[in-house]
Amino acid sequence: MPLPRLIPCLDVAAGRVVKGVKFEGLRDVGDPVELGAAYSDAGADELVFLDIKATVENRDSLVELVERVAERLAIPFTVGGGVRSEEDAERLLLAGADKVSVNSAAVADPTLLTRLAGLLGSQAVGIAIDTKGGEVYTHAGGRTTNRDTVEWAIEAQERGAGEILLTSIDADGTRDGYDVEITRRVAEAVSIPVIASGGAGNNRHVAEALGVAQAALLASILHENPDRLRTLRDEIRADGIELRDAA
Amino acid sequence: MIDVAVCEYGAGNVRSVIVALRRLGIEAKSTEDCDEVLGADLAILPGVGAAGSAMRGLKERGLDDALVERVDAGRPTLGICLGLQLAVEHSDEDEGVTGLAILPGRASLIREGRVPRIGWARVEPGDEAFYFAHSYAVETPAAVGYSEGIVAEAALGSFVGVQFHPEKSGNAGRRFLERHIDRVVAWKANSNGVPVSGTGPQ
Repeated sequence: MPLPRLIPCLDVAAGRVVKGVKFEGLRDVGDPVELGAAYSDAGADELVFLDIKATVENRDSLVELVERVAERLAIPFTVGGGVRSEEDAERLLLAGADKVSVNSAAVADPTLLTRLAGLLGSQAVGIAIDTKGGEVYTHAGGRTTNRDTVEWAIEAQERGAGEILLTSIDADGTRDGYDVEITRRVAEAVSIPVIASGGAGNNRHVAEALGVAQAALLASILHENPDRLRTLRDEIRADGIELRDAA
Repeated sequence: MIDVAVCEYGAGNVRSVIVALRRLGIEAKSTEDCDEVLGADLAILPGVGAAGSAMRGLKERGLDDALVERVDAGRPTLGICLGLQLAVEHSDEDEGVTGLAILPGRASLIREGRVPRIGWARVEPGDEAFYFAHSYAVETPAAVGYSEGIVAEAALGSFVGVQFHPEKSGNAGRRFLERHIDRVVAWKANSNGVPVSGTGPQ
């Protein structure tokens, strides 16, 4: 198996990195390209840019952002948020993204995954699953679907998704640790890679997640601070987990 | 300086390859023109997606023949990811696709581990990790580099193919591309046109 991956996640809106609590009071905290480059220098294995205010008007600014990121970075990156069609996904990949991540749109129409995989290959199509109490939620956690998380993960794989980004809504932002249990259940049920997301507070949490998943998403733990990624990688290596040497 | 053509055929991560070369001071052109591909000092065949539609994209533009012709003429040619899988004789993808047959061998579905195989993995010989994202892998006697038992690099005559993405492999990828470009520069300086092969991870 490839080496475990640490993936910083940057929330973006209208081409800027933003920060806020439950989408309220969004604060501009920097340029995604600069922050992405700093994370890359600090050893990030990949990056995720999540457009948290994905709207039709924002579509062009997202493509432009992807172009700027691709100019600057020589590591893979995924773009999520607002991918609803083949056209959306293809534009992002042509602009230089390596993968797109779909969430609500795939729940509403699971055939989207098949169409995207047919066009772009499964390796470029991630399914983002937000889970709570074993069930799938959409619309940034605001809407229940009455779908079982594990069953949806299996269906998404069968329909062509090549990777699962599994976010525990309850754990997200708590910094109390990943939901290892649901992550394990999903990882055991599928044969595509799984990225654990939500709840990282320290190196032990990340190490636990990497025990069941192939990658760990890092958001609030990093606080937009690339130095924290550097120390975290050192701490995780000290826990006996081999990570890529980015030198 | 050398003249680099990156094949544009509707299935490539062309932009990322161009940007990676620009960082090395090379202004490569993306092109779907056969003469440009034939004439360049180095032609690159990038590729993501499925083998069937990619091979159709090459044929529609006549790039399949152009690539075979330039390899036969000993002109340096680099295939990346799907670009390696298209270079063998046959791919099992999309219910079977006939390849360019630049290399002997075939591409088949990866049977071990999680598929797609996504992430950084070491390439031997050498100990650097490169970024992979693939569901199919080639089996070929022209293999010169391996990653976890999977063919990571193959070379024959003037063709080199890599399964990983040097353009997305950070510093290790940059060093790979630098070595490759150095070989092409050396080839160009040698008017006899000795084929480039076996750039190797080291």
